[in-house]
Amino acid sequence: MNIKKIWEFLIGSFRLTLKGNWAYHSWMAFLAVLMVSGGFAYWRQFTEGLIVTNMRDQVSWAFYIGNFTFLVGVAAAAVLLVIPAYVYNWKPIREIAIFGELLAISAIVMCLLFVTVDIGQPSRALELLPFIGSLNVPSSLLGWDVLVLNGYLVLNAMIVGHFLYKAYFKKPYNKNFVVPLLLFSIPAAISIHTVTAFVYNGMAARPFWNASILAPRFIASALCSGPAIMLILFQILRKTTHIRIRKEAISKIAELMAYAMFLNLFLFGVEIFKEYYSNTSHLVHTKYLYTGLHGHTALVPFAWISLIFSVVAFMLFLVPKTRMNMVTLNLGCILIYAGVYIEKGLALVIPGMTPDTLGEIYEYIPTWIEIRVGAGIFAIGFMVFTLLCKVAIPLLHDTLADPVAPGA
Amino acid sequence: MKTTDDRPKIDRRSFLAGGTAAMGAIAAGVTGASAGFIEDLLHKNFKEISPDRMQRIVREMEQEYTEKYGKNVTVSTKGAQQGVLFGYGLDLSRCIGCRRCVYGCVNENNQSRDPQIHWIRVLEMDKSKGINLEESNPYYNPETVPEEDSFYMPVACQQCRNAPCIKVCPVEATWQEADGIVVVDYDHCIGCRCCMSACPYGARHFNWAEPELAAESVNPDMHYLGNRPRPNGVVEKCTFCIQRVRNGKYPACVEICPVGARKFGNLLDEADEMRVLMRKKRVFVLKEDLNTQPKFYYFYAT
Amino acid sequence: MKENEEQQELGQDLLPGWSALVVMLMIFGVLTVITLMTLLRGSDDHVDSTAEGRIAYGPEDFPELDFEMELLPHVQEAAEGKEAGVFTVPPPPFSEEYIFPCSECHADLEVNPERRELVDMHDDIVLNHGPAERWCLDCHNAADRDHLRLVNGTLVGFEESYKLCGQCHGTIFRDWREGIHGRRRGYWDGAKQYLLCAHCHNPHSPKFEAMKPLPPPVRPQFLRTAAEVEPEHAGATEEGHDQ
Repeated sequence: MNIKKIWEFLIGSFRLTLKGNWAYHSWMAFLAVLMVSGGFAYWRQFTEGLIVTNMRDQVSWAFYIGNFTFLVGVAAAAVLLVIPAYVYNWKPIREIAIFGELLAISAIVMCLLFVTVDIGQPSRALELLPFIGSLNVPSSLLGWDVLVLNGYLVLNAMIVGHFLYKAYFKKPYNKNFVVPLLLFSIPAAISIHTVTAFVYNGMAARPFWNASILAPRFIASALCSGPAIMLILFQILRKTTHIRIRKEAISKIAELMAYAMFLNLFLFGVEIFKEYYSNTSHLVHTKYLYTGLHGHTALVPFAWISLIFSVVAFMLFLVPKTRMNMVTLNLGCILIYAGVYIEKGLALVIPGMTPDTLGEIYEYIPTWIEIRVGAGIFAIGFMVFTLLCKVAIPLLHDTLADPVAPGA
Repeated sequence: MKTTDDRPKIDRRSFLAGGTAAMGAIAAGVTGASAGFIEDLLHKNFKEISPDRMQRIVREMEQEYTEKYGKNVTVSTKGAQQGVLFGYGLDLSRCIGCRRCVYGCVNENNQSRDPQIHWIRVLEMDKSKGINLEESNPYYNPETVPEEDSFYMPVACQQCRNAPCIKVCPVEATWQEADGIVVVDYDHCIGCRCCMSACPYGARHFNWAEPELAAESVNPDMHYLGNRPRPNGVVEKCTFCIQRVRNGKYPACVEICPVGARKFGNLLDEADEMRVLMRKKRVFVLKEDLNTQPKFYYFYAT
Repeated sequence: MKENEEQQELGQDLLPGWSALVVMLMIFGVLTVITLMTLLRGSDDHVDSTAEGRIAYGPEDFPELDFEMELLPHVQEAAEGKEAGVFTVPPPPFSEEYIFPCSECHADLEVNPERRELVDMHDDIVLNHGPAERWCLDCHNAADRDHLRLVNGTLVGFEESYKLCGQCHGTIFRDWREGIHGRRRGYWDGAKQYLLCAHCHNPHSPKFEAMKPLPPPVRPQFLRTAAEVEPEHAGATEEGHDQ
């Protein structure tokens, strides 16, 4: 491994991303349009200040941080694919686990971007670096979050980089290098989502978040939404590329998702019971979410849609017949994705802040600028994922197409 | 209404622009400038800046503000006095909700007028419901106050001993001084608003846009950690008027209160008003269940 | 061979059939409609049209208020000399300037201890202080109208009126002496000036007078626009009691 070879690998990878049919190019163009629109929106936010968002002192975290939270879950869910693949050496999933890692990288990139657009002084973001800046660990959970997210990004980038690099030169990957990293990525994945949950969980001022069940709920919902995206992506990849994905792999993932869905709904029910039965002053946040408070009902339709989607999807995943049927499986995946996106993106951060700590209800609704910036970041994430797949699929083609993987 | 940002550029740059200097001097200047630039980029915390550098920064600041506002601005960095721990008392049986304190505070502390920032929020409460934040109303505006069925509860930073806002800050931009005042370093804050989520009293406020402050409204007696003008995108909060109390004065809200509901003093001095108050009256703190241990005590004198 | 067949079969099922696609489109349609409606409604639509908090006022809008709160010269002097302690201030001015000394008129008048409505003079005074039997001469000394009289017969000047008040309001008097009741101004660790009871309470009708509150803060929904609204400042304050 030397500089020249790395350079060759990079150039070669870049060439791979240029080739593609009209669908690929129009997809990339579409993403580019979203990115430019988001870029302009962010430029306005950067010059005028966060006043162009609808965040205010009353609801000081909202759309951006909600998306961040959701995407941390997506990134963490790569673990669901990695665990059975490498711990139990279960081949059908191991063959496709690399896509989980690619998704994790894209999701973490989006996470970091969402945090960056949310802060008021992005030029001081260097302060968040350990040693160079003045990162306040161990006291600040956000500090920890920055550490573990960056660590997780580096970890996944190393694994994927190694796989692709070796594949580019048609060599088997170095098991002694990859397997420990892969094993380490499992606790790392759990920890990024736990630490993100702790960022909210640790705030006694916000009773909606200050429940110990929060971190388990985060993990449970991530184990639903992450694989849901993966399954949809697999369908698309199978259709648009020559990647072979075995049915066993898909139904195994679907089965695991059914367990995760059950856990997610159970934990949700536990939380709802505690809130409504004890009926303390802390109930207001839950009420705001599900029934509205004093006529403020912006989130109510979303909350119910999320709940209905999750329950329907659980049913679809629970019954083996609908789980094995590709049509209902895909439907379930989309329902889960939408349900968890609402649950984490909207229904966690905003109701936690509404009413605010002094009881004021400010009905937060994102501005178009926030929507555009958010869409731009998602476009960047999808583009990163598309480019990574574009490089990975031809390079790993042999691995993925041949039942006997090299180095196995 | 927006004022253009006509801040004088830092003297380093004008120094660089001065082309008459000898080559060697320019080279030295460039190195000096880049070192300074990196230092600015990774701006050290107020607590860590060396006294020399601090003095230079404060001089630059004073010069900048004096030019910008056409007033002789002083920026103090005066530290905490030994044996002093500030405490605050607020008599709920007296407060009539007139909001003089709110505007007195704005006048003293150079808050942005647009977008408006108020450090004190006066909550109107229903007498029959007691202190119930969910039922409170900060936007009351009747012809006269107090109203028959209401009482009023002003809330600002409670200067917690066990402040949740401090521990969540990812870059140590906020801390508690030895005299108990929780301060923010506006040159260090990255604007992540973690502290705003963590504060149970809604005491922290964010500069959602470039703060607007007319030159004639500026209070020229400033403190580095207090009322100096804030940039866009940072968090600010009540500092018990650090620029006043470090010089022995009462905070502005104490003096302006027309009913004398506001009390202030040194909790470590047996003979101080605050200590007398706490001995004679029964005080309570807001949201005591969160163990924030505020130094802001509410009481009912009658 | 079997695997290939499975692949084939899967290949046809990779993407959902048309009916499922319609269901999915409907789901997303509903979501999009709700999202768009929520977005278009915006956040300020959720505020009652009569609600307060649309205009950004600043201290500049109230020039009649004394925000600077200068100390009296003798207190300032004491403060600068690092002199601690509490300094009294002159008693509040009477309702009309010419009214003191009282003896100017009262010296020649006959004392009328009868409780009655005042008509020719002092008709601005409405006595609303304690029990109905209370009368001027309970506090004002009949023989020497320039002084107040305590219950024990001691005469005190108007600058010491607090002694008179303290006879009945003992607890408040003690609170006031210790700085718990009443306004103070100056230095928490040094010279302070404080006010007499009569500065804030009209002795004839001591209940603290209601006043116009300063305007409410700007609601979050209007934070961007509040400064563009012209403040309508029509005698927003009545400074009956502000010093």
